[in-house]
Formats: sequence, structure tokens, C-alpha cells
Amino acid sequence: MAIESAVLVVGGGLAGLTSALAAARAGADVRLVSYKQSTLRHASGLVDVLGYTPDGDGPLRDPYEAIPDLPLTHPYRTVGVSTVRDAMSLFDETVPTYRGDHTDLNALVPTHGGTIKPTARYPASAAAGLASDDRDVLLAGFESLVDFDAPHAAAHLRSAGVPFRVRGATIRFPGDLRADAKVTRYARLLDTDGDVTVDGRDRPVRTALTERVERELDGEARVGVPAILGDDHAAAVREDLGERLGVDVFEVPMGPPSLPGLRLEDRLFEALDDAGASFETGNPVVDYDGDGRIERVFVEKNGARIPFSAEEYVLATGGLVGKGVESNREGVTEPVFDCHVPHPADRYDWFEDEAFGDHEFAAFGVGTDDGLRPLDPDGNVEFENLRAAGSVLGGYDFAAEKSGSGVSIATGYAAGRDAAEVVA
Amino acid sequence: MGSVPHIVVIGGGSTGAGIARDLSMRGLDVTLVEQGNLTHGTTGRMHGLLHSGGRYAVSDQKSAEECIEENRVLRDIASHCVELTGGLFVKRPEDSEGYFREKLQGCEDCGIPAEVVSGEEARRMEPHLAKDVEKAISVPDGAVDPFRLVVANAASAQEHGARIETHSTVTDLLVEDDEVVGVEVEHDSGPGKRVHGVEGGREEIRADYVVNATGAWAGRIGDMAGVDIEVRPSKGVMTIMNVRQVDTVINRCRSKGDADIVVPHETTVILGTTDEEVEDPEDYPEEQWEVDMMIDTLSELVPMLSEARTIRSFWGVRPLYEPPEVGSEDPTDITRDYFLLDHTERDSLDGLTSIVGGKFTTYRMMGEEISDHVCAQFGIDADCRTADVPLPGSEDFTVLRDYMDEFGLRSPIGRRSVERLGSRADDVLKTHAPNPTVCACEGVTRAEVQDAISQSGSDLNAVRIRTRASMGNCQGGFCCHRLASELYAFDADGMAEGDSPREFDEVTVRGAWDELLQERWKGQRHALWGEQLSQAMLNYALHATTQNRDRDPADGDPVDFAAFDSGPADTDATTRSGVATDGGERGGD
Repeated sequence: MAIESAVLVVGGGLAGLTSALAAARAGADVRLVSYKQSTLRHASGLVDVLGYTPDGDGPLRDPYEAIPDLPLTHPYRTVGVSTVRDAMSLFDETVPTYRGDHTDLNALVPTHGGTIKPTARYPASAAAGLASDDRDVLLAGFESLVDFDAPHAAAHLRSAGVPFRVRGATIRFPGDLRADAKVTRYARLLDTDGDVTVDGRDRPVRTALTERVERELDGEARVGVPAILGDDHAAAVREDLGERLGVDVFEVPMGPPSLPGLRLEDRLFEALDDAGASFETGNPVVDYDGDGRIERVFVEKNGARIPFSAEEYVLATGGLVGKGVESNREGVTEPVFDCHVPHPADRYDWFEDEAFGDHEFAAFGVGTDDGLRPLDPDGNVEFENLRAAGSVLGGYDFAAEKSGSGVSIATGYAAGRDAAEVVA
Repeated sequence: MGSVPHIVVIGGGSTGAGIARDLSMRGLDVTLVEQGNLTHGTTGRMHGLLHSGGRYAVSDQKSAEECIEENRVLRDIASHCVELTGGLFVKRPEDSEGYFREKLQGCEDCGIPAEVVSGEEARRMEPHLAKDVEKAISVPDGAVDPFRLVVANAASAQEHGARIETHSTVTDLLVEDDEVVGVEVEHDSGPGKRVHGVEGGREEIRADYVVNATGAWAGRIGDMAGVDIEVRPSKGVMTIMNVRQVDTVINRCRSKGDADIVVPHETTVILGTTDEEVEDPEDYPEEQWEVDMMIDTLSELVPMLSEARTIRSFWGVRPLYEPPEVGSEDPTDITRDYFLLDHTERDSLDGLTSIVGGKFTTYRMMGEEISDHVCAQFGIDADCRTADVPLPGSEDFTVLRDYMDEFGLRSPIGRRSVERLGSRADDVLKTHAPNPTVCACEGVTRAEVQDAISQSGSDLNAVRIRTRASMGNCQGGFCCHRLASELYAFDADGMAEGDSPREFDEVTVRGAWDELLQERWKGQRHALWGEQLSQAMLNYALHATTQNRDRDPADGDPVDFAAFDSGPADTDATTRSGVATDGGERGGD
């Protein structure tokens, strides 16, 4: 017999989690199945809504204002601006550790590459680093952490014209961490305030780190460090360092593996658990039954095919990176339900010659009707009880627009809400 | 003329670098000028095969004999650039038995050690060979890193007093009374190492003799002095796979044809190739059918290639030459031999010789012959020593020590660094500072990157070819920004601290970073499906989303910072007050 629920969400990234949450909060019996690690761990942890128009205009001050001018096929146009707002409200309620909900305006957050990026929500840990705050900044990098070079980032920020003085200093992280230590190693050490050996003496790591940063301070009101300040106790670590230094401490978001991304993922799973949804991770959906309507899907677990059935399904398996969209030399496919993915027939039309050109592949994904239901090549709904959310959707280039998280949250919310409505 | 003749060598590929080394070792005063990086032309765009000569044993026995001779020399003088993989000429059922026998006989005639192995034995050596491969001939083919080899030749030339100018384009030959007396060059960024954004300039370099070693570009140099050099450039594609499906060079044993070789190279294998005559060595179509043919045809030899991941493709242009009277129609029929064109004899123009045709494997021999020729012009009697004196990095380096302990590197990374650096490993890797890995795919550490920057200036593509950083599976997705930061941090005299002025300022670094991103993108475009398309999308997301490099505010219009969110009001002055709400009983963040 199949494992049953009213709504089944396939995919455990930002879109899938938001979708399951929205459906659960609307009272539906929800189950979520996910296979691979979500791409949140690759992402900076910033929650962008819309930073630039598809034509590259920006940074946009107000993302919501720009949504009505997006192309009709853009997922934001599919769900509409008021749904985007409702979805962001759900996010804000669910993740109180984020900031930015006090305004519609984008914030400009310094990146580890030394640029600034427009984003709608940011972790509290990044809040003191905003580039529209005119207090002076000291960036402190660690000698072995090759993903963030503080003097380079500071020089780059100066070239970007930030309205404050910014300096960079490279310090040696106290103790004897291996040169290739992972960011989680730093974070755990700070979480526990473990002892490190400095000049032959054992000292708590936060004390030793404070001393090294203090030496570099020259009247700056805030200090930015790479995003390694704790995992389970990140807020406490940051607060502690800030109090000792007498300045605001902020994290500069980084690439994979991203602690802010992992913290966000943890928080969303926790919220999903609180909302009473069930979930299981680590096993792929490999097949389905149904024609025009999905009857059940099969999850492969230890070599067995286990049926899961539901009334409504949400496809939130990700895009090219998350493998919710796959390709070979012949074409582009959606592997779970084999939904149609529009793409040029000639694979040499999938990309542009410039590294940051207007690449077709960046917008690969399924097309949908107004209810986010994937469409076949003739424009008919593929399955009456399947909705798609997040990067598996086509028609937008999240990387260029800086809209990835926002589209995942907005479409995840809409798909979950609408699925819950059907089963209610 | 001064007491020592001054020779200008045009072209920084294997031939030019080999000539520069040879002449400078013989005591001549040498300046080498190259329009791009070292290996910019054909040398940097080859499959990395160190020929045994087996490939030409039937069709071109003179080339075959030269290949096996030089194969032995390079194993000796360039051990840190060469991997002794061995090679197989494999025969499928549909391939001619007669040709197989001719090949074996040809190898014997040319002194190439060759042995027939059964299909089973061949599959024991290479388990992924097709089941229906009937038999094979085993030959001493190898793999060679062309970048490392040319850099080592140039370094050796420099040690012997040569001047090496990269990013310096020859804009004219200086001709006086029917004699070439020098060159006019346009430096991209001023003489010396390349620095982005530094204003270049023109320089007249007077010379007692000029050698044109520009391969496929030789005709262009000839035109400047009004002489005709009819090089017939022929393009070939090479497709790089993400892992080593084979550890031996696999050749198809048939008379000729495209897509007939698989060469293991570092962590990858390279599939080759096509052979199509082109008009212009810098502007020719890079075509989809060529990539598809590599995969489809070579899958007949190694079936798993059809499903494997390719990480990029690139094209090279062979500098083929044949005396115009031969008139081959098909470029595959043109000899792979080299020709020394003395323009005094040929065109009554003194002071210039061109060297055209030839192969990478025989670069040293070509250098020797042309150096003999140049010395003869000046009545200099000096022996060639390039076959006997090891290249820098290959001196007396027989024992791989336990570099894990010695350099504090994890062992696979230490091993790979040492393989690349050879006998220079001690100098480069011994550092008191932490030495983190910058490029994880290829195991390249900070010390190696800094060493490469000290050699090559602000050119990150030159750092790339020296170290292999950004050349692995992720194609620079995870390390381009790190390389840019290493460039910013570069500190020739050990004096820079914090924000003190740097050797390369932020704008210079940004230019080099952009150029590297673009170069990495160029070859990946031909591998954009499956895993590599996913990788490309991840890289794009990292560079555009996480780093916002596609809309870098430093490159664009000024940003009105005051118009954006400056933080929540309650936490505006002291954000720490806001922390209280998120650090509470949930115990998480």
C-alpha cells in the first residue's frame, strides 16, 4: 500500500520547503521527499527578490515596483506581485533571524568578492554590513581562508564608491588549524569557544580572536569577517565578539559551503517539523503512475520502489544545478515527470559567447499555466494535479536578475497554497 | 655588430622557446618576442602527445625517426614535463589487417620499439577498451605538458641571458638594403612582465639576425618583408574529458582519419582530432560536428566516452608546410616534417630565416638545426647542448620525498605540486606562512600560485598555464576569484601589509580576473550539456549571484547608496541590540 498524504512535495530546497510550509499552514496534510542536498548550501544565504531587470537595469531600489514590467512568462508575473508579498511575509514569520522586512527597498550587501549585491532579506549576521550605512568598516580576513581576501575586497568596495571608509586586514586565525580547514571547522570551534594554543598557552578561541582583530582596529564602528562565525550558536558568537571589541560585527556571505545557507536550511526544516509536515530525505523519486493525473510516485529506497500517493503534487526539484532539469547532447528534460522543457534544438544556441552573456540555458525550465501547472509542447497542462515551483521553472535568469530565492519563495508559496486549497 | 651577435626570435611556442634556449646556451644574445602568452599559438592548443613516431611509421618515416629520437631526449631532459604512459595502436574488426602489418613493419624500420598484444592483453592494460578490439601494437608514446615544457625552455634561456618579451606583437620587420636588421614591436603593457592596464608602447629592436618561428603565423611575418611563405594552417579540435578513462595513449590503427586518438593528460584525457585547412589561423569556425565526431567515433574504441563528461573543447592550428610544387589537396597528406627557409637563398633577403612545419615532439631538433644555421651565419663554432642539459625543474630529480610532512600539504596535493614543479619544488613550496589550496580540482597551493605570479606578472592566464589552476572539472568556478585575490596579495618584496600599496592595484586585478573568466568560458561553450552544463550554471550562479560580478558596481554607473535600505531602525545604531531577538531560546540562528 502506498504512503499517503494530501499534498506531496518533491524537492527539499527553498521552493520545496516553502511550498510544504505554505500547504501545512493552510491545514493540509503534507509530506516532503527530497533526494540530494539542497542547493542552499551553495548559496550565499541572502534572499534576493529582484535586483536587476532582465535588461540589466539596476540595482533596483524597489523590487516589487519592477515586477509588473517583467515579461509575461516570468514566474513573478504568473503568481502576481501580491502573492510575492504574501510569500515574503510567510518567510519573515518563519525565519525571524532575517532582516529587511521593515522596508520594500533592497539592501546592498557586500559580497566576498568585494562587490555589493541588491537583496531583499539578509541574515541578521550581515545586517551591520550594509553598504548604505555610512559607518566606517574594517574587513578582517583570515590568512588561510582563500575565499575572502579582506584587503582585496576592501579595495574593490572602494572602487565601487561605497559611502564609508573601508580597510582590509589579514590576520592569522588563532590556533593551529590546518591550512585547508573547512569553514565548518572554524564555526564549531567558535560555537564551543574551544581552547586554542597561542604562543604556547591555551586560550579560548574567541578571546584570542578578539585580541588579533583589536590590534587592527583604527576607530572603525564595525568589523566584517567571512561567514564562519558559528553554526548552532551563530548569534551568540557574533554578539560575544561584538561586545568584546565594542563594535558591531557582521558576516560577509561567501560561496559554498555557505554557513548562512546551511543555517537557513536548518531553520526551514525546523519550521516544517513544527508545522506538522512529515519529510524524508536522501531518496530519489524514480518513477510515477498516471496519465493526465498523477496517481502515485515511486521513491527508491535501499533498492526497493516505495509508492507514495497524494491528491496534489508539487515539483520543486531545482534547476540545472539541483538536477531538476537535465540535459544531454540532444536536448533538455525534466527527469521526474518528463515535463516539457522548452529549449532551442541546436545546443550551440543554448549559450552566448560572453561569459556573462544573455544565456538561454540560464532560463531553462518548465513553462506553466497561471496555476503553475507545467505545460506540454502544445500548451496543454501536463498533469492536472502537478504544480512546479522554484528553479525547475523556466523563463527567468535568476543569476543575472538576482531573483533566485524570491522566485523560489513566491512560487513555492503559491504552489503550496493552491494545492492546499484543492485538497481542503 | 657587437662582439656577440644579437638574435631576435619571433614566436613563443615550443619552437621559438627551443631556439631561444639553444642560441643563448651557445652564448648568443637573444631576444624572444611573442604576441600573447608563451604557448599562445599552436603549442598551447595541442593534445599533449609525446610521439613515439608510431603514428608516422607508415606514411612519413623521416618524421617517425625524428620523433623516436626526440622522444628519448625529452624523457631525459624534461622528465618533469613528461608522463611515460605508453601507447597502443588498436585494431577493430573493420580496420585493415594489411595496414596493421604495415604499421608494425614501419615501426621496426624506424627503430620504434613495438610489440603486438592481443585484444585481451590490451584490455587488461586498459579495461575500458571496446570488447571487439582484436589486437594492438604497443609503442612508447607518452604525454607531455606543453605549457610546462615551453616555460622551462624560456626560463632556461633567461638563465643564459635571453630577454623574453610576451604580449609583444611584431608590427614590422626593419629592412635596410635587402637585409632584415630588426623588428618593431608593440608591447601590450610596456616591456617586461605583463601588467594589465599599464600603457604599452612601440619599441624598435635591432638585431643581427631574425628567426621567424611563428608557425601558422609565419606568412604574416614574411609579408612584412615582402617574402611569400605559404604555410597551410589546418585546424583540429581537441575535446577534454573530466577523468582519465584510459592511462595509455590509444591510437586507432588505420591509415588516416579524424577522431583517432585519446591522450591521457594530468587528470583528464584529450580526444583528437580533425584536420581541416583554414584561411586564417586566428579566425576559423569551431564547429559542433567536430566535437560530436570526437565523442561518437572514439566511443568505438572506448565505449564509455559516449556517456562521459567533457569539460571543454579547444582548437589548434597546425603550421603545415610543403614546398609549393608538391600541391597536396588534402591537408592530411601534407608532410609533418619541418623546413628551414633561408630567405637569402630563397628570396635574396638577408638576415632572416623562417622555420615552418614540424611537430611539437621535435621542437628541440628544429631548434638545434636552426641554431646551427644561425651560428654558421656568424662563423660561430659552438656545440648544441640542449639534448644533454636538463631543463629547469628536471635536474637531478629522481626521488619523490614525503612531501606531506615536508611542506605540510595533504599528500595528494603535495604529490601533484611536486610533479609539476620537479626539482624546483623545494624553492617554491618551502614557506613559513600557511599554504592553503587555491585550486582544489588540480591541487594548486598558494605558494605555487605566488611563484607563477612572480614569473608572469598580472596575467592570470599565464598563471593558469604554469600551475593548471582553474583547469580542472569546475573550470575555475570555485577558484577564479581566489586567483584574483592572490594576485592582489602578491608582494614581491615582502613589505605589503593591510592596505599598503600593492604591486598590482585593484583595477589591474579586476582586468586580469575578467580576462580569466572569459578565457575559461571560451572552451566550456563546447561542452555545455549534462554534468558540465550543470557545472556551468553553478559557476554562473556563483559568479553572478553570490559575487555579483556580472553587474560589478565598480564597473558601472555610480550607485546612489543612500536610496537603499540602511538597516532596520531598531538595530540601526547598534545592530547587536537586534541580535537579542535571534539569539534567544531557540539556540539557533
